[in-house]
Amino acid sequence: MSTVPRFWRHIPQRYNLVGTHCEKCDEYYYPPRTICPNCRRNAKMEDHKFDGEGTVVTFTTIYNATDDFKRQTPYNLAIIELLEGPRLTGQVICSPEVIEIGMRVKPVFRILWKEGERGIIYYGTKFVPTEGWV
Amino acid sequence: MPVGIVSYGVYIPRYRIKAEEIARVWGEREDMAQSLNVFEKSVPDFDEDAVTIAVEAARNALKRASIDPARIGAIYVGSESHPYAVKPTGTIVGEAIGVDHQLTAADLEFACKAGTAAIQACLGLVSAGMIDLGLAMGTDTSQGAPGDALEYTAAAGGAAYLIGREDLAAEIEGFYSFTTDTPDFWRREGMPYPEHGGRFTGVPGYFKHVTSATRGLLKKMKTIPEDYDYAVFHQPNGKFPRRVAKSLGFSADQIEPGLVVPWIGNTYSGSSLIGLAATLDVAKPGDRIFLASFGSGAGSDAFSIRVGDAIEDIRNRAPRVRDYFENVQYLDYAVYAKHKGKLRL
Ligand SMILES: [Zn+2]
Repeated sequence: MSTVPRFWRHIPQRYNLVGTHCEKCDEYYYPPRTICPNCRRNAKMEDHKFDGEGTVVTFTTIYNATDDFKRQTPYNLAIIELLEGPRLTGQVICSPEVIEIGMRVKPVFRILWKEGERGIIYYGTKFVPTEGWV
Repeated sequence: MPVGIVSYGVYIPRYRIKAEEIARVWGEREDMAQSLNVFEKSVPDFDEDAVTIAVEAARNALKRASIDPARIGAIYVGSESHPYAVKPTGTIVGEAIGVDHQLTAADLEFACKAGTAAIQACLGLVSAGMIDLGLAMGTDTSQGAPGDALEYTAAAGGAAYLIGREDLAAEIEGFYSFTTDTPDFWRREGMPYPEHGGRFTGVPGYFKHVTSATRGLLKKMKTIPEDYDYAVFHQPNGKFPRRVAKSLGFSADQIEPGLVVPWIGNTYSGSSLIGLAATLDVAKPGDRIFLASFGSGAGSDAFSIRVGDAIEDIRNRAPRVRDYFENVQYLDYAVYAKHKGKLRL
């Protein structure tokens, strides 16, 4: 159950893609950083809620997964570059034939995983194609 | 001071299964779709539940009227498929839409009418000046046992309504409720599928309660069906709302824009509220809308609604109900069954 407190601390970044922004050098960070590597002690960090729109930089499709994820196979894991610049790994919900590098995506709120039958349900952000989805 | 709907939003999952596909598998009569007037129903993805549906609907409601979530003082979520038995759906929704935590929240349960009960709770707090805005939601990922008649209609979807005093998209002029102890449909704790009293429960359940609430409200408001431009009745299938509308003196034209069940199925707590949203999608300022929900067990909440000027400004800033009828993806029964297995209540 040690994952529960860790997930809890990360709820803002998982639910709403809250990262940070350095006002000094205008760099955006996701996951959030408390120190800007560009500006060090001169950094002026503030929270930033990313819109979540971005593009697929690269991806892989998972055909074999552990029990918790088996039902969802095949599914796509992608590195997504957000409009503001940071890159993150996320699931892109669409058929493996549809996903491609450079595809524009937008965020949706989904179940990330469940801790068995009795544990916590972890919610967070996944992505869907911007085109052809409501 | 008038109170009512400041904004609204819906969400309906992308997957559909056709009634004829379900009938094919179970060797049922092929005219099942015709007799229920439900041609296809929505199916949630593996990673969707009543919480994720509520979050998407609430985000659409906030976006539609550019509302600062910090103004929300209460969140009430109506559902019969809350993913946790203990751990409120409303807490997760609140966090996901970015509230400021100075709010009250509770999950409500009254079969298919918990969403309209949530609206009533918000109306009370808003009218009393105790909160600025209340968020009322109906959301469900309903299930029927395989092969049961409910399997043709049990669907997934949700709607969110922001209730307040200013910039009203629609004023709620009044409501009237009718509630009795009627065991027409139930699910015991821990059971995956609901039970129902069979095909004859429509009369003592749906028809008696919707009719009583509707007649009660018309009398209270001193209105007649002709005073309304539109009407929305709870839609467990496509047949019941048509029949009850006709018997109460409402026309087929009045209920047409809000009759969404033939294309998405019965979204339970979302059902009448998605119907209302589809009607708000097309209504003009000054139009009046009659709404009556129904929840087994049993009860009905009827509302008299007058569309406000703000509707024109906000309508197009979030997806309309009919946007969710397009861009759908059809499943065959095998894939649908795989989806369903993951979605035990
Ligand atoms: Zn910096």
